Amino acid sequence: MADIATQSDQVAGDSSRPGPFRRLFLHNLSAKIAAIPMVATVLIIFVGCTIWTVYYSFTNSRLLPRNDFVGFDQYERLFATSRWNVSITNLLLYGSMSLVLTLTLGFLLAVLMDQKVRFESAFRTIMLYPFALSFIVTGLVWQWIMNPTLGLQGTMRGLGWAGFTFDWISNPRMVLFALLIAGLWQGVGFCMILMLAGLRGVDEEIWKAARVDGIPTWRTYISVVLPMMRGVLVTAVVIIGSGIVRLYDLVVALTNGGPGISSEVPAKYVYDYMFGGGNIGQGLAASTMMLLTVLIIMVPWAYLEFGGKGRRS
Amino acid sequence: MQPSVSIKDLSLNFGSVKVLEHLNLDIAQGEFIVLLGPSGCGKSTLLNCIAGLLDVSDGQIFINGKNVTWEEPKDRGIGMVFQSYALYPQMSVEKNLSFGLRVAGMKRAEIDQRVKRAAEILQIEPLLQRKPANLSGGQRQRVAIGRALVRDVDVFLFDEPLSNLDAKLRSDLRVEIKRLHARLKNTMIYVTHDQIEALTLADRIAIMKNGVIQQLADPHTIYNKPVNLYVAGFIGSPSMNFINGTLDGEIFTAEDGTRIPVGAYEFGGARTGAAKAVLGVRPEHIFIGEAAEGMPFKADAEIEIVEPMGSETLAWTKVAGIPVTFRCSSDIPLAAGDKVVVGFDIARGSLFDAESESRL
Repeated sequence: MADIATQSDQVAGDSSRPGPFRRLFLHNLSAKIAAIPMVATVLIIFVGCTIWTVYYSFTNSRLLPRNDFVGFDQYERLFATSRWNVSITNLLLYGSMSLVLTLTLGFLLAVLMDQKVRFESAFRTIMLYPFALSFIVTGLVWQWIMNPTLGLQGTMRGLGWAGFTFDWISNPRMVLFALLIAGLWQGVGFCMILMLAGLRGVDEEIWKAARVDGIPTWRTYISVVLPMMRGVLVTAVVIIGSGIVRLYDLVVALTNGGPGISSEVPAKYVYDYMFGGGNIGQGLAASTMMLLTVLIIMVPWAYLEFGGKGRRS
Repeated sequence: MQPSVSIKDLSLNFGSVKVLEHLNLDIAQGEFIVLLGPSGCGKSTLLNCIAGLLDVSDGQIFINGKNVTWEEPKDRGIGMVFQSYALYPQMSVEKNLSFGLRVAGMKRAEIDQRVKRAAEILQIEPLLQRKPANLSGGQRQRVAIGRALVRDVDVFLFDEPLSNLDAKLRSDLRVEIKRLHARLKNTMIYVTHDQIEALTLADRIAIMKNGVIQQLADPHTIYNKPVNLYVAGFIGSPSMNFINGTLDGEIFTAEDGTRIPVGAYEFGGARTGAAKAVLGVRPEHIFIGEAAEGMPFKADAEIEIVEPMGSETLAWTKVAGIPVTFRCSSDIPLAAGDKVVVGFDIARGSLFDAESESRL
C-alpha cells in the first residue's frame, strides 16, 4: 500500500511534493526497511555501548557493573598509574612511527612495483602474505626471530660472530622498535596494495604530459600523482590508524608488555583491568580516554574534510 | 629551407608486432600536418615516437635539423596536447601552465610573462585561479593547449585533442586551433580519426593504414585524386560509390554490361590492355534531372530511399545494378520510387586497378 503511495507521489511530480513526514518515512520505503538492521546495530552496539562505557566509567564497579558513582576518581587513579602513562607514551611513539613508516614504505614499494617489473603479481602476493596472518602468528614468529638466545642473535653467535647483538625485544629502550618491525612487516604489504591501486588509477596521459613538460619522475610522483591519490591516502590512514589504536594482540604475542611494563599499550591496559583485574570501572575509564583521544583527532579532520564541502570544489 | 620535422626510415615493433615500418615523412616549417586513419593504424604511435614518449626500434627523427631520436621529450622542442587533456588535477590553471617552467628553474618574471601571453591568446585569463575540475571540456582543452604554448616550442603535437568534446564544441575549437595556427605559424602535427577535422585543418594530410602512409597530400588532392581504393573509401561521407567492371581502352564495362566511356579521364600512368578495374564516383558528383543532361554518362534510375539532411538531400538508387548514393540540393523534390535520370562526368571520378587497388 505504502509502495503504491510513493509511486503515485512520483507520478504526480513536483506539483505535489511529499511533505516532510512522507519524505522521511515513506519515500524509498523498501530501502529504508533494508537499512533497519544496520541502523539498529549502529545505534545499539556502537552508540549504546559507548554511552554504557562512559556511564560506568564514573562508577566504582569492580567485577560487575554497579551504579555507585564516584565522579572522576577512576580517571584520577588512571593518570596516577605509571603503567597507563607508559602505555600512552608507547602508543604515541609507536603510532606516529608506524603511521609514517607504513605510508612511506608502502608508497615506495608501490612505486617500485609500478615500474612494470616482471613477476609483479608474485611480488604482490609475497608482500601481501603477512597481512593474511593473524597478529598472534606474526608476534610469535618475530618473538622467535628476535629471541636473543634462540633467534637471530643466537644463530649469528653460534656461527662465530661473538659480538653480534640484536636484543631489542629484551631491551626496555628498544622494545618498541621490535614491535615496530613486526608491525611493519605485517602492515606494509597491505598499504602497498592500496597505494598501487591508487597509482594505477592515474591516467597514462598525465605521465606523458609530465614527461613532455620535463618534470622528473620523482617530482611527478610527489607533486602530481600523490595529490591525485588523496582518496587512497585517506583510506590508508584510517585503516592504519585504527590498527594502531587497537594494537593489542601483537604486543601480547611478542612481548606481553615486557620487559617490565616497557611495551604496554592502552588496549592491553583496558583488557587487563576489565577481564584480568576485575576492575571494570578502571578499564572503562581507560577506554573512555582512548575514545576521547580518537575523537580529538577525528573531529577536526572530519570537519575539514566534510564540513566545508559547500565552499570547496 | 630545412624541414621542421623529418622522419627517416622509422620502424617500431612491439615484440613481433610491427606497428610502424620504414616510415618516411618530411614536414615543412609552419606546416599543419594531420595524421588520419582508423584506430590501430599507428598514427598515435607515430606521434608518440616524434614526442619521444616511445622508443623507436629503427630509424631516425630530426626536429629542426637536430637528431632527437634518443633525446628526452623535454629536450625536443615540442609541446603536446592530449585527448584526455591530462591536466594536473590538483593544481590551478595558472600552476598547470607554469609547473613545467618552474621545475625547469625559469625566472619568475619570465614565467609570469609567458603564462600571461598564453592565457591572452587562448582567452583563459578569467580561469587562471580555477582548478581543472571546475572547467568545461572546451576550457580544459584550451588550458592543455596553453601548457604546450608556454613552452615556447617550434612543434606542437596534438593527439586527438577534440575527441572528448561534444559536436558543437568540437567545431568551435577546431576553428580556434586553425586560428591559433594562423597566428603562431608553428609546425603542428595533429592526429585524428575524424576526416572533417583533417580536411578543414590540414595543409597536408597523411592517411595511414597498418603503419604505412597511404597518401600524403593536400586535402583537395586527397579528396579528389585518392591514390588507392583505401584512401578513396576512407575519405568522404557518405563514401565514394564504387562500380566494379573491366576497363578496355576508353570504355569501362560494368559487371551488368553497362558501358561507360572514360575517354575524358586523366590517366596517371601507362595502361595495359583490358583489365579488371573499379570506377569510383563521389555522391556529390552525380547529378539528376536537367543537370544530368549535359553529362557524358547518363542512366535511368529509380530512387530507393531519400535521406533529407536539411541543407542537402541524400538519395539511394541503383546504377549499373549497383547501389549508389548521390547528393543533391534539398530544393529538388525527391521521393522513393521516383524515376530520374542520373549522370556524371568521368573526369571528376576515379579509376582504380582492381588487382593493385591503386589509381589508374
